[in-house]
Amino acid sequence: MDTELDFTALQAIFENNAAKVEGLIDSYADKKEQLISLLQDVQAEFNYIPQDVIVRISQKLELPLSQVFSVATFFQAFSLKPRGRHTITVCLGTACHVKGGQRLVDKMARDFNLQPGETTGDERFTLETANCLGCCALGPVVVVDGKYESQVNPEKLDKILKKYE
Amino acid sequence: MVEQVRKLLDKKLTDVAALEALRKSLQADKDASRTVISVCGGTGCRASGAEAVVAAFAEEIEKQELAAKIEFKETGCHGFCERGPVVVIGPKKIFYQRVQPEDVPEIIAETIVKGGVVKRLLYTDPATDEEITYEPDVPFYQRQTRLILGANGEIDPTSIDQYIAAGGYTALAKVLAGMKPEAIVKEITEAGLRGRGGGGFPTGRKWQSCRAAEGEVKYVLCNADEGDPGAYQDRSILEGNPHSVIEGMIIGAYAIGARQGYIYVRNEYPLAVEHARAALDQAVEYGLLGDNILGTDFSFRITINKGGGAFVCGESSALIASLEGKVGEPRAKYVHMSEKGLWERPSLLNNVKTWANVPLIINKGADWYSKIGTKGSKGTMIFSLVGKINNSGLVEVPFGITLREMIYDIGGGIPNGKKFKAVQTGGPSGGCIPEEFLDTPVDFDELTKLGSMMGSGGMIVMDEDNCMVDVARYFIEFLKGESCGKCTPCREGLAKLSEILNRITHGQGVPEDLELMADLGEVLHDGALCALGKSAANPVLSTLRYFKDEYLAHINEKKCPAGVCHELLTFSIDADKCTGCGVCARNCSTNAISGEKKQPHVINQGMCIKCGVCYDSCKFGAVIKV
Repeated sequence: MDTELDFTALQAIFENNAAKVEGLIDSYADKKEQLISLLQDVQAEFNYIPQDVIVRISQKLELPLSQVFSVATFFQAFSLKPRGRHTITVCLGTACHVKGGQRLVDKMARDFNLQPGETTGDERFTLETANCLGCCALGPVVVVDGKYESQVNPEKLDKILKKYE
Repeated sequence: MVEQVRKLLDKKLTDVAALEALRKSLQADKDASRTVISVCGGTGCRASGAEAVVAAFAEEIEKQELAAKIEFKETGCHGFCERGPVVVIGPKKIFYQRVQPEDVPEIIAETIVKGGVVKRLLYTDPATDEEITYEPDVPFYQRQTRLILGANGEIDPTSIDQYIAAGGYTALAKVLAGMKPEAIVKEITEAGLRGRGGGGFPTGRKWQSCRAAEGEVKYVLCNADEGDPGAYQDRSILEGNPHSVIEGMIIGAYAIGARQGYIYVRNEYPLAVEHARAALDQAVEYGLLGDNILGTDFSFRITINKGGGAFVCGESSALIASLEGKVGEPRAKYVHMSEKGLWERPSLLNNVKTWANVPLIINKGADWYSKIGTKGSKGTMIFSLVGKINNSGLVEVPFGITLREMIYDIGGGIPNGKKFKAVQTGGPSGGCIPEEFLDTPVDFDELTKLGSMMGSGGMIVMDEDNCMVDVARYFIEFLKGESCGKCTPCREGLAKLSEILNRITHGQGVPEDLELMADLGEVLHDGALCALGKSAANPVLSTLRYFKDEYLAHINEKKCPAGVCHELLTFSIDADKCTGCGVCARNCSTNAISGEKKQPHVINQGMCIKCGVCYDSCKFGAVIKV
């Protein structure tokens, strides 16, 4: 489902943070090869990478806009769309897959009409999948806002999600 | 004593003698008979609640004023993740598993104060029903040779002092005190060390060609972009013993003449990044990194780069592109990375595990090291033994152990009385090995012969409930998503394979599909640009080779024998077993289940979307899937 965005509100957030963004980009002035790290910092700040920031990075670091855009869209860690209040990451690594990780993604689709990469209309959840979170002995693993939950089944997922409004 | 030495040295160690003096004073400060509480703080145990256990110990220790009498630490991963949170009480190594914060006061009262054992927290061997008190006696550990992982459970990864006290940086000291770079390369070559990241390329040969490569500026790189799903040993080492990797890299840099190194680590491993960062800062503070290391004219620095979550970046040329701030696309490797790598300079790229082996080889010598393992694969390998297995976790064994020993002796067999079907090794580029080959000794060459590979050491066990066509589809979907799209065979070939496999698992396969997939596999192998594409068809080819009958059942009979491919299943309710509790009906998202309270329920097949929720939620086994 497509998120209804409040662009004016987003613009305001961005403007309030303009100085911060400029400072962040400036701190990478002599190390533009660390573009990925810079984008990670931006994402940590805004929870996503606003379009204007991509343009500013390209201008200030004198990198082709195409390069900044392609890096921002190539890697799974980056989102160009705003995300929900809570990020749910379902691990779909092999060990989690053989123990039924996909059923958790199916459940999110059924209960919240949510596909991986999407955000609920009320901005409560963003659903993501990971290729492996390295907790293979404890699968299926789900991470909500950085907190790891082990041996999750559809029933347990229900209980976990109730804690996040 | 330690404090005095430290003050004199101002932390910066100015020569090898100063490092040794510090080590001696640290060891002298340590009382071997002292009680040590080690709580595993690896990501696995944290997922099971280890942080709360650590906090509970800290609180209880303070309350009982025990801080001066005992040593308390949060260590790296102990490997037995499935039993976490794990707590080990030294010096005897009493092994407590699945410890919760509320158990902590009892552990303190019973074990620390009185010297007894809390029986209910001990591990019970499912095979013998015997309670096991000490860590080395647990069958999971008994058959292992933990040369690399052993220190993980002993030291606090955030403390360089503990690493030094445990013999850390002795290899670096040995090298700087008088080993010639050529001699180091020779030692690594003679040890027979092979790259632990997947390819198994002889490490010494790589070092030699990078050393011989022309150019003033060279780089040393550590590949910690552990992308193989189902493998997490690199994470565990970087989290639990980061200095061992750093020490290996410094030695590598000295051997090839590099002044700058990079650790490229996955974004998905926040704790590994945190611990590696802290370790680098400490190493700089102690003069083990930076200018004039230990007072010599050798200078070397390491920077951490976080990846962006792309599987292909584990491939050397894609990793280097990503380090340069570009999209992680591989390039054709007519010229090796050891000659023209990062910024077109000679670059020595090794995996985390490979680097961690280096100090060991330098300390104990190539002779000692090359006696471990098989003819073509020396040393130990760390496997992540996961999936449908009783004892799952990280296992370090010498090469040459059989798959059967791994799965049954260490892993304790398959849970719930199910039947073993296959073990998947080598990550997405690997293959599935059936029961008839379980007595194969595990090493680089033997696994390749079976149509699989070593990869980075993932070992995912599957039982009769896993569908091999679904597993092949899973890996192809994974690779399709991770293909960078640069070369046509990989981009289009994977899309086509995925389309065919999805058709088969949805009951729309035709017999010609099998031949077509084999053909596509050949095209990928011959035409793709990098290893990801070249080996991408392996999951299909190896399952076709060993489990063709499952493919045929999907295609000809439109059945999934393992009961996984939902489109091919019909869900119904066994009226004799159904108690009419109504749980399935409440959970059914399409309201396809109806029935009176306490009466057998029925599923309306026209409304059923075959999601399987009723099957999962029924506590009486009344839902049948055929």
